[in-house]
Amino acid sequence: MAVYITTPSPALPPPSTSVGVLGWMRKNLFSSFANSILTLIGVYLLFLIIPPTINWALFQADWVGTSREACSGEGACWVFVTVRFQQFMFGFYPPSEYWRVVVAFSLVGFLIAWLLIEETPKKGLVGIFTIFCYPVIAYLLFYGGALGLPVVETHKWGGLMLTLILATIGMFCALPIGIVLALGRRSTMPIAKSLSVVFIEFWRGVPLITVLFMSSVMLPIFMPEELQIDKLLRALIGIVFFQSAYMAEVVRGGLQAIPKGQYEAAEALGLSYWKCTFFIILPQALKLVIPGIVNTFIALFKDTTLVLIIGLFDLLAVVQSAFADAKWIGYSVEGYVFVAGIYWISCFSMSRYSQYLERKLHTGHAR
Amino acid sequence: MSNIKKQFWWNNSQHRALFFQVLLVAMLVGFFWFIGSNTLTNLNNRGISTGFGFLSQVSGFGIIQHLVPFDETYTFGRTFLVGLLNTLIVSAVGVVFATIIGVVVGIARLSNNWLIAKLATVYIEIFRNIPLLLQMFFWYFAVLRTLPAPKQSWSAGDVVFLNIRGLYLPEPVFGPHFNYVFWCIGLAIVATLFISRWAKRRQDLTGKQFKTKTVGMGLIIGLPAIVFFLVDASLSWNMPALKGFNFQGGITVIPEFTALATALSIYTGAFIAEVVRSGILSVNSGQTEAASSLGLHKSRVLKLVVIPQAMRVIIPQLTSQYLNLVKNSSLATAIGYPDLVAVFAGTTLNQTGQAIEVIAMTMGVYLFISLLISGFMNWYNKKMLLVER
Repeated sequence: MAVYITTPSPALPPPSTSVGVLGWMRKNLFSSFANSILTLIGVYLLFLIIPPTINWALFQADWVGTSREACSGEGACWVFVTVRFQQFMFGFYPPSEYWRVVVAFSLVGFLIAWLLIEETPKKGLVGIFTIFCYPVIAYLLFYGGALGLPVVETHKWGGLMLTLILATIGMFCALPIGIVLALGRRSTMPIAKSLSVVFIEFWRGVPLITVLFMSSVMLPIFMPEELQIDKLLRALIGIVFFQSAYMAEVVRGGLQAIPKGQYEAAEALGLSYWKCTFFIILPQALKLVIPGIVNTFIALFKDTTLVLIIGLFDLLAVVQSAFADAKWIGYSVEGYVFVAGIYWISCFSMSRYSQYLERKLHTGHAR
Repeated sequence: MSNIKKQFWWNNSQHRALFFQVLLVAMLVGFFWFIGSNTLTNLNNRGISTGFGFLSQVSGFGIIQHLVPFDETYTFGRTFLVGLLNTLIVSAVGVVFATIIGVVVGIARLSNNWLIAKLATVYIEIFRNIPLLLQMFFWYFAVLRTLPAPKQSWSAGDVVFLNIRGLYLPEPVFGPHFNYVFWCIGLAIVATLFISRWAKRRQDLTGKQFKTKTVGMGLIIGLPAIVFFLVDASLSWNMPALKGFNFQGGITVIPEFTALATALSIYTGAFIAEVVRSGILSVNSGQTEAASSLGLHKSRVLKLVVIPQAMRVIIPQLTSQYLNLVKNSSLATAIGYPDLVAVFAGTTLNQTGQAIEVIAMTMGVYLFISLLISGFMNWYNKKMLLVER
């Protein structure tokens, strides 16, 4: 009697070379002859770069000490950074007043976190406080001159603090101007439109350095002689103009993405231009361009380094000037790596955040 | 009819627009009048005369790199030209290397080799997120300024030398009849252009293909080579050699140029890599599959289907990256490379005090370049739009 097996025989496991680590390597690293060679070259490059770098930066580096004698010279001398850390952060701000800077930045950090985290209540109130009250508080804390706080002149500001001040003020002032310019560029009024276009294209067409040169050299000529404008303020004016042109283009992108039906529906409801703009169009458009705004902020944050050319001491300039100290000659690589690390961490995390927003805000409006 | 409310003139949107624009113009005129009158008073008080007369004055300073003859006896007008040429040459070198880096890294990031793709990603993320000025300082102060003295130069095959004074390259010395060879190269390029047009027309009409590439390469390489041997044009190389304390002969590239070009290429290369990647990814995979199912070879799919469509996305972004590179080359002034901003908006402005004229000329140059490039971009976009069906 013949026996028939009606159930299918169980599937055999895949060959051992196509699963697990081996299979992954075969697929992703050695899929062809050319790929294998590329992989080997890549591994060799990593071998050349990674071990010496880690050795230099961590294992053979010197961390503690107060002078260059603490450094053995084998690896990195981080003592150079730790000794001057306060100067790198605050510039020439008087050490007894450091707390003011810390309080001001903590406060703004807290406010921004409040606005960004979704679950927090009363966002409108906090937002109004941030926009209208915080600048006054920050000015009082940074500059002083009231409430018993001694005045700290702006030429003493420096380091990371100055970098952050330039970037944030540049950003917050540029945003409203940019919105107005973007609305102007899409306006039906020929004069308003052409003025916006000329303004935007002019500032976008010239490098930031020439803008800074212009604001530091030409502003004193343009203004009445009695009016002495602070060097920091002059740089800020240049940065705000420059930045607002870029901001305008970002906002315009958002305005263009709003479907025409939104405008028509608002008009059909009898809303005026300003009501339509403020209650219908801008909330949607600005939501769309938040990632773009963050990207512009990253670019501005990196570009603030240029102020060292007109003699302001931002983070890079303070570190650069520390190299000239006769006691610490020859440690420029450590200084550059430190500054690069700060910029890299800030910019990289901001760009990740903007990518996250882009995914989250993608609610189907963008066309 | 009398029930209809009378519409006041200020409720008419046309009247409002007119009123608003008149107000805008008035504010603008007032603003410029304010600035203008202040400027005139200030310039009077400081005793600065206006006008471009200073351009014909003798400058009295030297410039370490000049592509046209220049020394202290030349005019400020000449410094403008020298600075402009220095800006253009460093931008051109930067554009070439940034494109090469960008294309290679951008394609590497899409590689199916995991390690290579990750390496490309790391490169892009590192160099995009560090300020260009910092990178420039690093290459200049931390790398090139710590190179050995001329006697201990690094050399590549005793032809190229690198030391703290600069990069020394061999300089080609063309014999007296060498200009024929140049003419032939030009002639061959023109001929190839005509042949490719003729071949395209013939293919459109008859479907017959013509090996334009082979013939063109043969023409461009072969014709000058034949002429080179026929007319006995001599080509020799002027090698840099250590004489005394420094190198003599050859082409000297100053370290400022090397640092600037390196930083610009590496920084912009990272951005271009992302442009290239997004361009290639923008081509729908259905396109590749359709082309393959038609029986096209892999290389032809890339050449005939993917690249032409990717280019439509890549070119506009690429031109704006080139524009950024040209504008960023103005950071040269921070490390002392004599570009337009450094010699003109820097030294010339300090010596003459003609702030308005100097800054206006400098900004004008950059504006002109960017208008030129955006004009090209508009033209290109329009052309691409027609191709789309």
